[in-house]
Amino acid sequence: MPSAQPESTALLQTPLHDLHLRLGAKMVPFAGYAMPVTYLAGLMAEHRQCRDSAALFDVSHMGQLRLVGSDAAAALESLVPMDVVGLGEGKQRYAFFTNHSGGLLDDLMMVRPTAADAAAGFGDLFLVVNAGCKDADIRHLITHIGTRCTVLPMPERALLALQGPLAVVALSRLNPGVAQLTFMTGGAFTLAGAPCFVTRSGYTGEDGFEISVPATHAEALAESLLAQPEVKPAGLGARDTLRLEAGMCLYGHDIDETTSPVEAGLTWAIQKVRRPGGARAGGYPGVAAIESQLTSGAPSKRVGLIGLERAPVREGTPIVDAHGRKLGKVTSGTLAPTVNQAIAMAYLPIDHALPHHEVYAEVRGKRLPMRVSPMPFNPHRYHRA
Amino acid sequence: MTTKFTSDHEWINTASIEAAVVGITPHAQDALGDVVFVELPEVGRSYAKGEVAGVVESVKAAADIYMPVNGEVVEVNEALKADPALANTDPMGAGWFFKVKVASTAEFDGLMEPPAYETLLQSL
Repeated sequence: MPSAQPESTALLQTPLHDLHLRLGAKMVPFAGYAMPVTYLAGLMAEHRQCRDSAALFDVSHMGQLRLVGSDAAAALESLVPMDVVGLGEGKQRYAFFTNHSGGLLDDLMMVRPTAADAAAGFGDLFLVVNAGCKDADIRHLITHIGTRCTVLPMPERALLALQGPLAVVALSRLNPGVAQLTFMTGGAFTLAGAPCFVTRSGYTGEDGFEISVPATHAEALAESLLAQPEVKPAGLGARDTLRLEAGMCLYGHDIDETTSPVEAGLTWAIQKVRRPGGARAGGYPGVAAIESQLTSGAPSKRVGLIGLERAPVREGTPIVDAHGRKLGKVTSGTLAPTVNQAIAMAYLPIDHALPHHEVYAEVRGKRLPMRVSPMPFNPHRYHRA
Repeated sequence: MTTKFTSDHEWINTASIEAAVVGITPHAQDALGDVVFVELPEVGRSYAKGEVAGVVESVKAAADIYMPVNGEVVEVNEALKADPALANTDPMGAGWFFKVKVASTAEFDGLMEPPAYETLLQSL
């Protein structure tokens, strides 16, 4: 991750640290935090738990912050190529901060809370950013829009993700109101006695929720979720295989400061109103580079790859053509538990990025055939409106 | 005891010099997590002690398998190729990797006895 802490710095702990230890988690350093990579069940079982029922993830390392002020949405539009002003109350949207060359500084989720939820302290915009980028993101926001709105980090809150087809069954027992949420909407709900902000979204491709909860109540909420028969804990290992099967980017691996949203296949996230010809076109960092690529295309593209053999093809593996010429390299890859094949993401020149095109992964001196595949590798199963 | 160990967390059954069975230890499979892929050595090929003779991969990680002795590979576990999870469920039994023919029992000298391997595990 880009701003990983130096090794001499002690690892930070999330409010669920003691619970992880009690549950027998294997803890690893991640973005400066001690995080559970697996629990006793193991990665495959935790992955299946999420696909089949419901899995609880601690993602409290991620950055939560709110923007307060009547100009917050317009101000944020100066840093992201998204329609923020037009985002309806209670609606959530995927976004990314761009730099001056059109690369990606971080990707994030933003929600516009209702007026009542804003008054209850969830801000005029509520943002969740990547753990490894959060300090830089906060500086970026304060530097560029700190005079137009108030940027308020929320380190006093934990973040839980409850993901899977039965997540709604389990969470509804704590508060039936959450069942009214649809994919990419959110609102304030009381859960286990605590004021929470709940969105119906996630990073697994399944239906599910992300729950912002006061750190003081995080363990009690996690315990009441784990007491539901549908729910078991899952670690960052399963979170990574789930998001990869869902075709989602991991910041610092599949996207970074050198990749443009067009190359990364994220143009769907740039609303028409911000594109050339739109009412609020441009006005964000890197607009020249991004608009040029929106019009003429990018020289390379992020693609999905499926291995025709079972060997996992991991991050950094060179991808070559039939003549052994280097085309690119893998940015994420694993043996996917649900699709039960080697899957990967890589950047390839556009003439090699067509579906079903065959390329080769160089693994231990062998050339393993892989086929360019549409993503997601595993179908999304969201609860849409 | 006929089972000896290496500091690379492999075991070798030394009962027969014609076909000494090699696998990974319960500690190794636990550290790797769910094994999803194995690459096994070539039958009929001779390997030097310490040479890479295969690969074992979990979802998260890949690890080399080293030849614990000088010898010729006489058989590989085809069932393990088909079901790599055997390395997790029965690492000392059905999850064996390959069998190796050695020149003499002297090849087994220097491998760890079970108490020495236990001591190594406790030091980790």
